Amino acid sequence: MPVEIPKDTWPGAVRTVTLGATPAEGGTRTRTVTVGGEKSMPYLSFENPMPNKPVVAAEIRELRPEDWSKILLEAWGSVMDDPAQWAKAAEAAGAEMIVLALSATGKDGKPATPEKAVASVKAVLSATGLPLAVFGPGQAELDNTLLVAVAEASKGERLLLGICEDKNYRTIVATAMANGHLVSARTPMDVNLAKQLNILISDMGFPLDRVLMDPTTGALGYGIEYGFSAMERLRLAALQGDAMTQQPMLVTPGFEAWKTKEAKVGEGVPETWGDWSRRGLNWEVLTAIALLESCADILVLRHPESIRQVKQAILELMAA
Amino acid sequence: MALSGIQIYKLLPHTNCKECGFPTCLAFAMKLAAKQVELSACPYVTPESKAQLAESAAPPIRLVSLKADGHEAKAGNEVVLYRHEKTFYNRPGLFVKVSDSLEIEALKSQVSLANAFAVNYVGIELSLDGFAVESTSSDPLKFAAAVQAIRQVTKLPLILINRTPGVLAEGLKHLAGENPLLYAADSANWEAMADLAKTSSASLVVAASSLDELADLTEKIKARDVENLVLHPEAKTLGQELVLNTQIRRLAVKKNFRPLGFPTLAFPKTPSAAVQAITKYAGFIVLDQFTPELVYPLLVLRQNIYTDPQKPIQVQPGLYEINTPRPEDPVLVTTNFSITYFSVANEVEGSGLPAWLLVTDAEGMSVLTAWAAGKFDAERIAKSVRSFNVAEKVSRKRLVIPGHVAVLSGELEEELPGWEIRVGPREAVDIPAFMKMAL
Repeated sequence: MPVEIPKDTWPGAVRTVTLGATPAEGGTRTRTVTVGGEKSMPYLSFENPMPNKPVVAAEIRELRPEDWSKILLEAWGSVMDDPAQWAKAAEAAGAEMIVLALSATGKDGKPATPEKAVASVKAVLSATGLPLAVFGPGQAELDNTLLVAVAEASKGERLLLGICEDKNYRTIVATAMANGHLVSARTPMDVNLAKQLNILISDMGFPLDRVLMDPTTGALGYGIEYGFSAMERLRLAALQGDAMTQQPMLVTPGFEAWKTKEAKVGEGVPETWGDWSRRGLNWEVLTAIALLESCADILVLRHPESIRQVKQAILELMAA
Repeated sequence: MALSGIQIYKLLPHTNCKECGFPTCLAFAMKLAAKQVELSACPYVTPESKAQLAESAAPPIRLVSLKADGHEAKAGNEVVLYRHEKTFYNRPGLFVKVSDSLEIEALKSQVSLANAFAVNYVGIELSLDGFAVESTSSDPLKFAAAVQAIRQVTKLPLILINRTPGVLAEGLKHLAGENPLLYAADSANWEAMADLAKTSSASLVVAASSLDELADLTEKIKARDVENLVLHPEAKTLGQELVLNTQIRRLAVKKNFRPLGFPTLAFPKTPSAAVQAITKYAGFIVLDQFTPELVYPLLVLRQNIYTDPQKPIQVQPGLYEINTPRPEDPVLVTTNFSITYFSVANEVEGSGLPAWLLVTDAEGMSVLTAWAAGKFDAERIAKSVRSFNVAEKVSRKRLVIPGHVAVLSGELEEELPGWEIRVGPREAVDIPAFMKMAL
């Protein structure tokens, strides 16, 4: 019996966003990363093949993050002491872009300065040809000071700057505008708030094809379903033609999964939780795959093995 | 997709006899469409019309239930493609596969271990739903011995796996009175498999690599009076599996396409495939092996995705006691979202340190979300302190608020004169260290 497959057709599409710039384009990257462009819900090739596959990013820090799970510290080892080396190792592990999260204080315990931040960014840009995202330490004033300096020093590289939130976005957007960079706009698992922030950024005259949405998601077991559904709703709105939801989405399963007890703690936990290091890894991978299914375009991961497994899943999803 | 009043009217006798209690057949049809009356009120509706009306009233995806001695694993009755449209209703059953090629004692010990597995997640106990027994030997007696042995160590529902009906029949002899699942009917064996399912009250998986073939087989099998079917679209890649499962779900809920209106089964070979099965539509999921560090997160994910989005899990607001606190022990504040409450409570409990936990009504939202939404602020916390008489229970007027709402301390001091406000860590996992060193 020939079955007639119902195909969805949508009036809208997700914008196409490109990060990084090669020498021909004014930067120094050996390759760029392009995401978005979807005309359908993900991986439904019978309907509308996805023009760009999702991309896996590795999160690295300026300083060895002593508060990270022991499992991550063991996985990366000594490269964590030097962001340039760490970036190289992440590239070797298969990362397709690097997310450098700047620290609030330096190794000496003194507060971060724009000069130090710029030096770290330049070191990473020299060490790897992958496109780069630079996120501030998460304190409004400091984020702004550091990111403005970084943006000016790396003009032409088409960095992704973050994190823009409704309570602090103007300075970051302004410097991205002036220096040819992109921004990541984060909102707390809410479709309307995501739209609102895009509107605010667009009202500044910033082109929306240089904006990524970060809808925030919890980890598996810690609220993932809220992010999962916010993402599906945002993507459906985009396909229905809502211009303020048509950005590709960036998610941070590394950050979310590795702060859970399941990933951080190996002792004094129920025996039924199983092997600690495999459990920690599973927490990140399973969170990431669930988000792939809910339309993630860029996934920021921490464990080298997660990078491998998630890339493998993406390959298999794209080959329908 | 229910029929409209007009569509129902077309199937009625059109005599306006009034014996149903309504003035016209059309009036009766409208009431029936609104489910305000039963079809049985009409004495003259034809058997053909009755059958058609029953068909359309049936849910788009049949509910298939596996039963064994008080345990049930069911799937089906889904109505949406996206959980936010309404909810996903029936959590997919999670099964672990074992083979009859294993030596009996090893088989029993593997199954016992998995059978005993239970984890607590936000106050809910999660465990496996059953086992799948595969006959790799294709020896009926060996298979039967394996099934019998497994039944000695677990009461959970079983899925029996082999393409030869005779092999499964032998295994079924040890499952009298149960409703297991047989895997699988295909284009070669469907007649004998259908008959076996019928005589043994078992549900039946139909396996094929294309939707055309699946639809063809289910129609043939339904004609033999076997209706409790489960589909296995045999995909080669993760991508193809997603496509086939999405197409089946779409055909069922959007087109009410009966030949594929059944729950699906998945055999995920990787953790990624297992995640996809849970998030994208599988009704029964069979894992190749039991590994707690994978089963635990999968059970949690299943719980998360299948939670009704309209009803976030909440706990009752109040002043909770952890590790028998005395009046001089600290008071910690948190919200009544289940995950938040259990994260905090578990940390404190696990540390052995006594504390009072003031759970504030934040409409079931987490600390950050509630604060952003204006549902967790100084006023609400102060109100909580007063309504639960915290001042009477403790000797030291000091509150520890979550690190994420540090900004509230000033305001809270104003709302609660005489109270010292301390700012705790942002993450629950850091609470014990904080309590030891900072309080």
